[in-house]
Parts: sequence; structure tokens; C-alpha cells
Amino acid sequence: MVATNREQVSAALSSAPARGVIARGLGRSYGDPAQNAGGEVLDTTGLTGIALDDTTGMVTVAAGVSLDALMRVCTPQGWWVPVTPGTRQVTVGGAIAADVHGKNHHVDGTFTAHVTRMTLALPDGTDRDLYPGDALFNATAGGMGLTGVVVEADVQLLPITTSLARVDTDRFDDLDSLMAAMASGDDHYRYSVAWVDAGTRGTLGRGILIRGDHARAADVPDRKRTLAFDPGTLATVPALVPNGLLNKASITALNEAWFRKAPRQRRDELQSLTAFFHPLDMARDWNRMYGPRGFLQYQFVVPDTAGHVVQRTLEELRTIGAASFLTVLKRFGGEGPGLLSFPRPGWTLALDIPTGVPGMADVLDDLDELVIASGGRLYLAKDSRMSPRTLELTYPRLSQFRALRAEIDPNRRLNSDLARRLDL
Amino acid sequence: MIDALSRPQSVAVFGATSEIAGSLLQRLRGPALRHIVLAARPSPTRDALAASLRTDTADVTVLDFDASDPDSHPAVIDAAFAQGDIDVTVIAFGVLGNQADFDADPASAVEAAQVNYVGGVSVGMRVAARLREQGHGALVVLSSVAGERARASNYVYGSTKAGLDVFATGLGDALHGSGVHVMVVRPGFVRTKMTDGLPEAPLSVGPDDVADAIVNGLRHQRATVYVPSTMRFVMSGLRHVPRSLFRRLPI
Repeated sequence: MVATNREQVSAALSSAPARGVIARGLGRSYGDPAQNAGGEVLDTTGLTGIALDDTTGMVTVAAGVSLDALMRVCTPQGWWVPVTPGTRQVTVGGAIAADVHGKNHHVDGTFTAHVTRMTLALPDGTDRDLYPGDALFNATAGGMGLTGVVVEADVQLLPITTSLARVDTDRFDDLDSLMAAMASGDDHYRYSVAWVDAGTRGTLGRGILIRGDHARAADVPDRKRTLAFDPGTLATVPALVPNGLLNKASITALNEAWFRKAPRQRRDELQSLTAFFHPLDMARDWNRMYGPRGFLQYQFVVPDTAGHVVQRTLEELRTIGAASFLTVLKRFGGEGPGLLSFPRPGWTLALDIPTGVPGMADVLDDLDELVIASGGRLYLAKDSRMSPRTLELTYPRLSQFRALRAEIDPNRRLNSDLARRLDL
Repeated sequence: MIDALSRPQSVAVFGATSEIAGSLLQRLRGPALRHIVLAARPSPTRDALAASLRTDTADVTVLDFDASDPDSHPAVIDAAFAQGDIDVTVIAFGVLGNQADFDADPASAVEAAQVNYVGGVSVGMRVAARLREQGHGALVVLSSVAGERARASNYVYGSTKAGLDVFATGLGDALHGSGVHVMVVRPGFVRTKMTDGLPEAPLSVGPDDVADAIVNGLRHQRATVYVPSTMRFVMSGLRHVPRSLFRRLPI
């Protein structure tokens, strides 16, 4: 079912079948939050419309608009989407529902920290405007679409004077020195993220730290000064990718190549914002690379004091011969008000791992216990396997969320596979 | 929901006291599994199984179930799905019987057909309706290679499994695209209490082998699973043996 206007959203909610309805944007969540077996899935990508006030940088945007589309409109006018995940191919509605974060979380917080108003279609079919501080706003930020369907939002954009990033790159031969550099130096940069080698050979945890900020026009030579935003794609991944294309050997080789191509140290390199923020988007439909089955994402955050969990995770996965295709390490800043928002201060590690490796289920269950014990949590937008118990022990505001959901949606008009799997 | 590592959260087994069912349940238990339904006739085995599976995070519902009494099935299936979705449902009941006894007492042959085939259809149809409604889940049906080609030594049993097998295979196609996965399992000779005392056939397996094959088949969403897997080729060959020759084979 596709919605192209607010009335259709309301109608979909009022006529929800017994197993409910869930909004779906561009389907970039790695697990089951936008699936609803036996029920209805509402495609919101037909909700379009962007209205930018180019003096204030406040944009009113429909929920089905992708960050890609938003950037194409706003960047040339000197405004940047303040929080962007590793791909632009997510909708504004999805960014709110998962309360996504970017490389600047330690400075700027999550996506919803920049949302000044949102219109939510409630389960009873009525619309309500929500503002920061509202209980329902906080339940919707990171609420995985279970409080209603976001139809529109006001987002405060960030002023920029070029569409370039000034990037510093550092290569580290081991995890300890990488993490030490991040702990001491991240605060000097708006954007920071580390790529970690999690192949099955080579020094475990060696990595590349990429940090930067928007380049100011004054810092850029005239001939390079631009606000143009024209992300190209190098290739499109075909629809049919065989299983097993990404295997232990190919992943380890790709990790090795990536590490070797990085400079030991480079300062003030000018990169396009798209190369800096969204390297994956260079390949259109990159998500197909994983094949029809066989990969999962595992992303946790643990407090600063539990940095050892990062090392332990890499070791455990190597022990069973599981290589991670894309491993990203980052430090989070403060916790936001979203009841089910993922980020909290500390280290977050994201891994892409094949599911077919024997022993994987047990290793991840053990790692869950470490995350629980250290006071961390797993990211709902990436989860496809945690247990309801893990969720309960790691999201302290879950009971508040459940109470609010019971209140506004007593008949469970909104439901998803994720909600059923985890008793949200 | 079945998670990304192919682990179900809920499982219901009809004929739960079979050794294959027991082996399977041992493999499915873990942090992911939180709801287990054991449907079987009352017995100490059933209660012991329930006790062994019950944990802090997994509850066990025990239901009285008689495969030979289809009138009682709707209530049992309602009870099995009362707590919510069932990710994996297993039809594991069945009687082997003995051809000589069937010959001596035709009523016992009817009884075997009643349990293996009629019972399977009765449970299968009702479970299928539930699964179609929930839009996801797997139905595992324990068939047998005996149903693939009739043998003089056990054709009554073979015919009951043949009926069940065709039923389940067709059901799988009927449910294609609904999100429901039907898997027909065709073991060869399985060493269990059901086959105790019978001479072991070549390529015989244990209940653990069948359980492993079911777990693997669920992971790969197989429609048909032979145990051992080489049995697929043996049966493929046997199907084409001329009848006059097949009749004389010592199998």
C-alpha cells in the first residue's frame, strides 16, 4: 500500500487489519522494523515536498523524502542536513523513527535533536503536531514507527559555505592507539569515525581514523570553491547477486586493501561531502552486495569505561572465523530524550557479519551479555536477533514507551515484526 | 519471529514425545526460544520433556493430543496458538505398525491410516490456516521414503506416508508467497523405539541426524529434505527400477 498524501495515511491507519500496519520508507533498516507479517505495510515514499526558508535554514519536509533528495535541494543553497547516517538513501520519516546518528553525534546528537516540529498521524487516524519535550515526541524519536506515522517534519539545517569537507586521515596499527587517539582528539572535530580491520588475518583492530569538518569558503582556493552537490554513482549492483560473493577470503582481502590504500597521515584534504559521508552510496543499491541472505549487522554502544568490549568482540568473531565486511567504530556524545533512542555516551561498534558461520549465534549471545553487563545496548534499526530480555535490560525507558504505546494505540493498529519479536 | 540466525522464538510439536521431536527441541532451545507447545498423549515422557525444556526465559505449554481423533483437533490447535504466533510447527506423530499385524487385523491398518494420514491432514489444514493468517512461520511434516515407492513388506505404512507427503507437498505450493514455509522431511530408516527390533536398513540414521537435517533445512528454507541426504539419489534410482525387478529386491 502506497501513501501519497496525509488522507491516505489516515485511511490506512483507520482501516488497519488485525495484525496492524507499519510505515516503510526506503527499507534500509537491517532487521525487521519495516516488515509486518500478516499485516499491512504502508510505503511512505510517496509523501514528498520540501519547503526551505533559505534565510533561516529551516526546512519543512515530507516524511517520504530521502536525505538524498533533501541534500540535492538544500546544499546548493548553503544548507546541510545536520545529521546523516552512512547512506543518504533513508527517508526523513525513517531517520526520525530510528533516531539515526552520524559521524557528528559527539557534537550534534541524533537526527531528532534537529527536528523542531513533526506531524504524526496517530493510530486513530488524527494528526498531531509534536514539539521537542512532548512525551509523544520523545516516544516517536527512535520509536521505530510504533507511535504513529510521521508525515512531515521541520528540521533546522546547518549553514555551510562550500559543499566540501576538510578531512584529516590517520592510520593506526592497533586498536589501542586508535582508540587512544579517538578519546583524546575527537573533540577537536565535528565529524569523526574510524574504520576497523576485522578480517580474519592481519593485526586485529588496526584502523583508519577519518575526521573533519565542513570546509569554509575562506579555506578553499577559488577554483575549488563550490556549493554544488552532484553525487555520482560509480556502479549499480545488479539485482541478482549470488550468495557467498562476500566470504571470509574476499572480505579479508577487501579489508587488507582498504587498510593499505589509506595514508599513514594526511591533513586538510578537501573531499566532496558525498565522498566523506556516504562512500557506500557510490555503488547504487549497495545493499544488494550482501546477497539474498546471509549477513547481519551487529551494533552496540558501551560506556567509555567498557572500551575492552570492542577488542573482545573483534577477538571473539575472529576465533570462529567470522570476518566483518565493514566495521565502524565511533564515540557517541550525550544521550537524547528519545525513549528508545540508541545512542548514549561511549563507544559504538558496528559490524557486518555473515550469518552462516558456525557458532555465530552463541558468540553474539555471549557478546550481548557483555553489553548488558557494561550498561550498553544494541541498535534497534540494525538488530535482527536480540532477545526481548536483552532489550528489557538495556533500554531503561522501555516501560515508559510501552505504557505510552498502550495508551495511544490500545488496539495495536501499528505493529511490526520487530515489535512482535521484542515485545515492544 | 524467526530471527536472522534462523532461530525460532516459538515452536509447537504435534506428537512431541517422538524421539525425533525430542532431538529437534534440544537443538532449538537457547536464548531465542521462549515459547514451546508440546502436543501429545499424556505420558511421563511428555511431562519429563516439558520439565527439561522449561527455563526462566522459555515457557512450555503441554496439550493433550490424540492424532486419531480429528474432532478434538480444532480445540488443541486453538490452544496451541492461544499465546500468539508460532514460528515453527512440527507434525511428528505417526505409527509404523507391522505388515503381518495389518494383514491379521485390517482394522489396525485403518487405524494407522487414521493417525498418519487423516491426522496429518486434519492438523495440517488447521495449522496452515493459522500460518496463512500470521503471514510467517514454518510447517515441518515428517514423511518417509517409504511413501515414495510401495514395498510389499510395509505398503500400508508406505501408503499413509505417501498420502501425507503429497498432502504436505501440495500444501507447500499452495502457501507459496504467503510467507509460510512448508518443509517435507523424508527420512530413511531411523533407529528409534518405533523401529526397535527391526533389521537395520542400509543408510539408517538416528533421531539426532533427522533433527540436524530439519534445523539445516529450516535455515535454507528447503521444501524437501532427505535424511541422510544421499537417500535422495537412492530413491531417485529406485523409483525407476522396473516393478518386476523391484519386487524381488531385498528391501
